Amino acid sequence: MAVSNETSELKAGTGAAQAASGAKLSALFAGTMGPLIGLALLCLALALTTDTFLTFRNILNVLDQVTVLGIMAIGMTLVILIGGIDLSVGSVLALASMVMGYVAYPDYLNLGVPVGIVAALIVAALCGLVSGLLVTVTKLPPFIATLAMMSVARGLANMITDGSQIVGFPDWFTNLSIVRHFGFLSVTVGLMVVLAIVFAIFLNYRATGRSLYAIGGSAEVARLSGIPVKSLTNWVYAVCGLLAGLAGIVLAARLDSVQPSSGVGYELDTIAAVVIGGASLSGGIGSIGGTAIGVLIIGVLRNGLNLLGVSPFVQQVVIGVVIALAVATDTWRRRRQ
Amino acid sequence: MSTEPRQSEGPHNGLFVNGLSKSYGPVQVLADASFEVRPGEVVALLGENGAGKSTVSNIIAGSTKPDAGTIIWRGKPYSPANPAAAIEAGVGMIHQELKLLPDLSVAENVYVGRLPMRGGRIDRATMNAKASAQLKRLGLDVSPERKVRTLRVAAQQQVEIAKALTLNAELLILDEPTAALGGEETELLFQQIRKLKAEGMSFIYISHRLDEIAQIADRVVVMRDGRIVARHERADIPMRTVVEQMVGRSVERMFPKLSPPGDKTLLEVENLSSPERSFNNVSFSVKSGEILGIAGLIGAGRTELVRAIAGADPISSGAVRVAGQPISLSGPAAAIKAGVVLVPEDRKDQGVVLEQTIGENLAIGNFDHVAPNGWVFPKAVQRFAEAGISRLGVKGRPNQAVSKLSGGNQQKVIIAKWVSRPPKVFILDEPTRGIDVGARAAIYDVIADLARSGMAVVVVSSDLEEVLGLSHRVLVLSRGRQRGILDRDEASNVAVMELATS
Repeated sequence: MAVSNETSELKAGTGAAQAASGAKLSALFAGTMGPLIGLALLCLALALTTDTFLTFRNILNVLDQVTVLGIMAIGMTLVILIGGIDLSVGSVLALASMVMGYVAYPDYLNLGVPVGIVAALIVAALCGLVSGLLVTVTKLPPFIATLAMMSVARGLANMITDGSQIVGFPDWFTNLSIVRHFGFLSVTVGLMVVLAIVFAIFLNYRATGRSLYAIGGSAEVARLSGIPVKSLTNWVYAVCGLLAGLAGIVLAARLDSVQPSSGVGYELDTIAAVVIGGASLSGGIGSIGGTAIGVLIIGVLRNGLNLLGVSPFVQQVVIGVVIALAVATDTWRRRRQ
Repeated sequence: MSTEPRQSEGPHNGLFVNGLSKSYGPVQVLADASFEVRPGEVVALLGENGAGKSTVSNIIAGSTKPDAGTIIWRGKPYSPANPAAAIEAGVGMIHQELKLLPDLSVAENVYVGRLPMRGGRIDRATMNAKASAQLKRLGLDVSPERKVRTLRVAAQQQVEIAKALTLNAELLILDEPTAALGGEETELLFQQIRKLKAEGMSFIYISHRLDEIAQIADRVVVMRDGRIVARHERADIPMRTVVEQMVGRSVERMFPKLSPPGDKTLLEVENLSSPERSFNNVSFSVKSGEILGIAGLIGAGRTELVRAIAGADPISSGAVRVAGQPISLSGPAAAIKAGVVLVPEDRKDQGVVLEQTIGENLAIGNFDHVAPNGWVFPKAVQRFAEAGISRLGVKGRPNQAVSKLSGGNQQKVIIAKWVSRPPKVFILDEPTRGIDVGARAAIYDVIADLARSGMAVVVVSSDLEEVLGLSHRVLVLSRGRQRGILDRDEASNVAVMELATS
């Protein structure tokens, strides 16, 4: 969070001018020193214990593996920033990818992949918007509203093909996640990076972005200050849904197939990444930079444990421990301030 | 009357409070409070909001720990660690906001946490019979099986008292027990208090309604700014004396000199009513440069009224005009655009985002100024914040978290958020609540300056001295109805209190 970082810098006795330039530098990774150190230690440990971790090829692998999680985590960051939660992202991902497959695939509507992508994004954004309206109009707690959407979207995803998967997309589409331009950058990784930068700028330098921090800090203060809390909340859930849909398309490109059972449990990974990145579930605190680190911690951990030959079951245990540790450290640090 | 602390070694077996003090951060809310309550006696604790009555009660009832001081209860040192320990020792408190479980029955509420059991199951027959006996003792004819939600507030309060009786309370603290009661219900409560008193029970009775004190209290303790300023051995003292003691300092000294208002009417409120009837048919107008005070007891509808004018809550009928133009009350954004701003009652929950910086708090609500085309530049926010900080004399830096500021400085941050627009109508709800006495004068100066710069200013306050010292005119509300508007020269403590309690 920009706030705590700036104040701690001030406390450290740096001048106001320095604090201002420091604020600029730290804007992207504001308030994320703890997670950043954790990530560095993790990388160091893996570099020492394996000979494959610190290779160019493996780093690119990690980036490829986190694209789906990374894109969803951006939307989740916005939702958590305003004090909400979105449990439906995994299901919306599945629904969006099924819509895309259904619209694009020759055996079904055969309208081509581009039309499929547009349709998928529209459906995903609508799912998010409905969640938002359930929160702002029906006054459901976000947990319940998105829990309902989680079930509805999963059901719809299954209904489209009666539960069967759709396999095989044009080469240009699957190449989006395979071909590495300039020797390192696939389109999907590039998309994730661009989105992260765009949303980081949005959150730090746009009035609407700053308003989200105010809503999370205190929705009533924000409302009495003239911020349109309800409509922004609707937008945030719609954007979160849209990004979940986009993640579904990325997943389809990576797997060259879509299936209604994909994305199960992704909402929890996504929330974990955002929380590890220093966001507060009560809202008002968090940043895209922090979330990026959270995503990388999860990605590096999975990758490293694979390299070390640790079973997936043990991996789950380790990730759970890391979540608890990360948040406990953060809470402890805040309390000490 | 004596203002000296009494000897704490008395002959009786009641409550002795000796030198209790309590501070929250830099704000001392209770300083060296000493008094006693004898068995079978009702002691009235009087004082304005923030005088320290609740703090001292909470300490006695075990929900707050004092920084210093001791209590002797029934001849033994008494320092309850929590409300349960206080109840164990026979001390109960009935809070103004009743703490009942609305969806449980009357009997379940009376015995919650110690339900009578038989053979591993709740012994409902015994529970209902016992609860019924206690309710009868209070003269209350209510089925013990009825859900508390379905009872009137007065009956709910008696359920709380019945609960305290079954807990063998010997000292009961009643915090504003009549705030939500009608005349007959109040009379019933008084009868019950007299009856229990005759059985040897002691009471600490907190109220704003001075007329009740003479009826029910044996002795009176007056508090102001966290200190006990007077002890009266009898309750039939002139209201004027008590009010003067509650208010204390001479009125002229603290408040800035007011400039005469202008001619232009800036705010007109016409027949405004709320959907919940918390205020009804209120009409008034405020001129440029004028400060209108709104006085009334808690629950009179003051906050609800000003929130509605600022677009924060919906209205059911009526109209608000600013500089002659009707304004939309669809939400705070519309009101702010029309030039109506509100400094809300609850600073920490409604006024500032505590964990954000002064700069961020000032930027919220001023993005149209600090963010041209929607781009927020840290430098622009910094400049804007520095301007606001220097104009209001906030002791802080733009990058400082608001949570680190004192209450007075937080309040200035909220005022600074709005002054630069500049608004036409500036509404402040309880502008000095929870703010150190010393810092209040600075807030008063700021408010007088707002008026002097040509705004129409509305100040809501439970602090009578504040309303009288700060306002050109005073509007008095009682139970949602407008009881009158007094000019500065006719607005006295007594005149306002008479209207407010009518």
